[in-house]
Amino acid sequence: MQPRYGFFVCGLQQTQGRLYLLAEFLPPLTQTRTDLKRRDFVGLTGLAAGALWLPAVPGFGGSLVDPARLLEPGLDVAVKKRLADVALNTAKSAGATYADVRIGRYLNQSVFTREKQVQNIASGESFGAGVRVLANGTWGFAATNTVTEAGIAQAAKLAVQIAKANSKVQKEPVQLAPQKGQGVVSWKTPILVNAFEVPVKDKVDLLLAANAAALDNGASFVNSVLFQVNEQKYFASTDGSYIDQDIHRIWPNFSVTAIDRASGKFRSRDALSSPMGLGYEYLQPKAADKVAGPAGTGLIGYRNSFDMLADAALAAKQAKEKLTAKSVTAGKYDLVLDPNHLGLTIHESVGHPTELDRVLGYEANYAGTSFATLEWRAKGQPYGSKLVNIVADKLQPGSLGAVGYDDEGVPTKEWNIIDQGKLVDYQKIRDQAHIVNQKQSDGCCYADSWSTVQFQRMPNISLKPGTSKLSVDEMISKVDKGIYIAGRGSFSIDQQRYNSQFGGQVFYAIDKGKISGMLEDVAYQTNTLEFWNSCAAICDESDYRMFGSFFDGKGQPSQVSAVSHGSATTRFNNVNVINTARKI
Amino acid sequence: MAIISQTEAQAILTKVLGFSKADECEATLSGQSGGNVRSARNAISTSGGIDNVSLAVEARFGKRSGVATCNQFDDATLRTCVTRAEEIARLAPESPEYMPLLGAQKYLPITNSFAKATAAITPDYRAEQVGNSMAISAERKLSSAAFLNDSSGFVAKRNSKGLEAYQQQSGLEFSVTVRTPDGTGSGYAMADYNDAAKFDAKTLTRIAADKASGSRNAKALEPGKYTVILEPAAAVDLLNNMMGSFDARNADEGRSFLGKKGGGNRKGEKLFDERVTIYSDPANAELPDLVFSGDGRPQQRTAWIEKGVVKNLYSSRYWAQKASIPDIARPGGWIMEGGTQSVQDLIKGTAKGILVTRLWYIRAVDPQTLLYTGLTRDGTFYIENGQIKFPVKNFRFNESPIIMLNNLEAFGKPVRVGGNLVPPLKIRDFTFTSLSDAV
Repeated sequence: MQPRYGFFVCGLQQTQGRLYLLAEFLPPLTQTRTDLKRRDFVGLTGLAAGALWLPAVPGFGGSLVDPARLLEPGLDVAVKKRLADVALNTAKSAGATYADVRIGRYLNQSVFTREKQVQNIASGESFGAGVRVLANGTWGFAATNTVTEAGIAQAAKLAVQIAKANSKVQKEPVQLAPQKGQGVVSWKTPILVNAFEVPVKDKVDLLLAANAAALDNGASFVNSVLFQVNEQKYFASTDGSYIDQDIHRIWPNFSVTAIDRASGKFRSRDALSSPMGLGYEYLQPKAADKVAGPAGTGLIGYRNSFDMLADAALAAKQAKEKLTAKSVTAGKYDLVLDPNHLGLTIHESVGHPTELDRVLGYEANYAGTSFATLEWRAKGQPYGSKLVNIVADKLQPGSLGAVGYDDEGVPTKEWNIIDQGKLVDYQKIRDQAHIVNQKQSDGCCYADSWSTVQFQRMPNISLKPGTSKLSVDEMISKVDKGIYIAGRGSFSIDQQRYNSQFGGQVFYAIDKGKISGMLEDVAYQTNTLEFWNSCAAICDESDYRMFGSFFDGKGQPSQVSAVSHGSATTRFNNVNVINTARKI
Repeated sequence: MAIISQTEAQAILTKVLGFSKADECEATLSGQSGGNVRSARNAISTSGGIDNVSLAVEARFGKRSGVATCNQFDDATLRTCVTRAEEIARLAPESPEYMPLLGAQKYLPITNSFAKATAAITPDYRAEQVGNSMAISAERKLSSAAFLNDSSGFVAKRNSKGLEAYQQQSGLEFSVTVRTPDGTGSGYAMADYNDAAKFDAKTLTRIAADKASGSRNAKALEPGKYTVILEPAAAVDLLNNMMGSFDARNADEGRSFLGKKGGGNRKGEKLFDERVTIYSDPANAELPDLVFSGDGRPQQRTAWIEKGVVKNLYSSRYWAQKASIPDIARPGGWIMEGGTQSVQDLIKGTAKGILVTRLWYIRAVDPQTLLYTGLTRDGTFYIENGQIKFPVKNFRFNESPIIMLNNLEAFGKPVRVGGNLVPPLKIRDFTFTSLSDAV
């Protein structure tokens, strides 16, 4: 079953097949009617456009508020420190050996339009505190939206009670990697323009202008959306850290549909934008951020700013062209994959298999396990060709993963996951480091709300660009029979991350070193190790861009996390391509 | 706190409407309490609880609408919430798809959507059920990961046009994955109920454990077209996805498999095997559901596919009016009619085929044909001469439920799964396109 919110964003993605645009990366869980929390908010409103859909989209919960509220300051940092100390002291007195508290104010706004009309504008705020403790070697967690000394003390006591109760069935005590206290520190996403400071009218005008650009260029329908997020997070722990962070994210997106009424055929092309850890400056296009795609495609890739109007106009032309494009002949092709496409393949085939909790079996009942076990790594088999260098980081400016400190107070860093084709490391947090004999956490712990408990989440996982100069046109000039793919389409991978199938937004045939025309009905099916071992060339740094997602899903109850994946255009040889056209 | 009685809830809502100066006002009060336990590697990994009541107020001035929410119910907070909704409404753009709020509605009598046993669940109950599940796995030297989640709650609605609704609802879901220690076998079972009295983690865990032990050392078969028996847990997602495309507007706009060449939709056309009948019914005893939809429209027994023919499409109120079609809300769950046979009976009647426990990571490939891809998982077996012969490696499939429901060989007795009633399906020529090493 698609996640329930997948259905409720039908207003955005009208065709059923496009739901994944918002449900991106969430494992296909079977969500039952017991999830009343979502059901009653989302289902039970008279609004056709669903003003109350917000709580159903993970990370977009909270009370609906006036947009002006999003600019009002939260609690003063001194008050937060005092409240945090109440939580930590209460937990210690109750018997905790370690405690941390997160006082979080989560703000969001979304604007939905279709064609010439606004469908919905919603602003949300969620405020509360979560206390996590270690008592008798066992974790306990409790949260409250009563952010007063009394409320936070009660949550701290409850967390200790829960820890003590759970410790009765605990077999092995938690081993927490030591973390030096950071003192009183702060970090802020280096944004230029706070999206909440931009009048809603300007955002509506931009989306409607993008829709007009699509309609003027032959689109039958167009839906567009702008998501904006601000996490104001205060973290304190008994290690002596008091960390105030102000984190911003933004994501413009659209889907353009072209219809041929006579034949009943329809095709869509989604935006080639990416969710980013940036402010509204992402929507102020700059020439320096545009990267020309292969000659003959007209495509433009985007770095740290997105030209929504230009991409919407191109999307309409391409959606129309898709209606009559040649259906691919199934077979083996050399693939040239654009970063806005490859990011998703990296996410699924490297990001997930190297999460240590998955490797150990903690996600077996939901997201699955991993082929890349500790035993597998010990064998030293190549994960990819020698060209493949993949790094994890929480630092890249503009990325969704960039923060100063993670949600258990660990300063962020960069580390190698795959070095010259060999798997060298995993993604770990404080209570996992000891499993691989590491002395400290990697700093990739995250909770999607003050009300949910933090756990290991994927940092940015990125493919390093090639070290020798190589442009996308030079890369294509050496391909005899291939396909160039841009954008993300359908994607699916098994629960141990071996077998995957990926589509795209646009496909171009490469014949004897040149783009020869558009293709349709393309998907490639591959095995993770075969795929990365077939990596034959990587463009240089000048082609490097990030792709990301707001909705990486994990855990039960499921939590989301935002993550970016950088890469440059990359060539993979001899990949199995199938034709997805069917007659019904 | 989480369950407020009908009288009390309607009294709060009446007060809210009294505070409103808007042209139209609708208030929805809902609450739930419940909890969850998660386990992995035969140990409890996380647990949590929720207890929350919340009010949503929608205020409208002409075609402008605003919504605000709150979770305290003293007069001052209620007044502020109403004022906030009105302020947001005044700033909102006019909706070109405005529909006046519904007036008083007649709903079906409420049956058994709420069960006392579910509302009475304690943390001890959850720990005991998951404990029983872990014990079975440990005894059999297997490793289990499970999730138990329950909640009980209510929904109350009232608006300035005279609409009034109230219903209580409860639910419990459980799923368990059991794996062999060497990672070569994996099994799965899941179930959901309104009434926790029907639930027993042990029965479900034994099924998953049997599948885990039985799926060790799977053999590789060539991908291709096979006769398959999809257990209800394997069939439900594809059916659900297909029914998710029964929206009238998408069809009329020409961007759905139900769009018609030249315009219009395919309502009335026979698109499936004549044994295929799918309907919804909030009064079904196995699948009791809300008798009203989110916007207050009544939910009642509705035929969607009858004897292979598309009978109805759901839509928004706006589109129903614009297109002059029956005004039918999307239902909560689907009921596919089936036969009387069990999965075992279907296996007995199969000369050659593959039994599929579960499908995973299902994603749409082409909305035009409803082609989906995904993989088998947690117990895939080869059947010959009416018997399970050996476990087989997992396959990736690329298949459309439209094609699948034209290739129907047989079906069994429907069972509840993921909030739907789904029979096990025997399908010929199901398309597996590659093999996976995943266990």
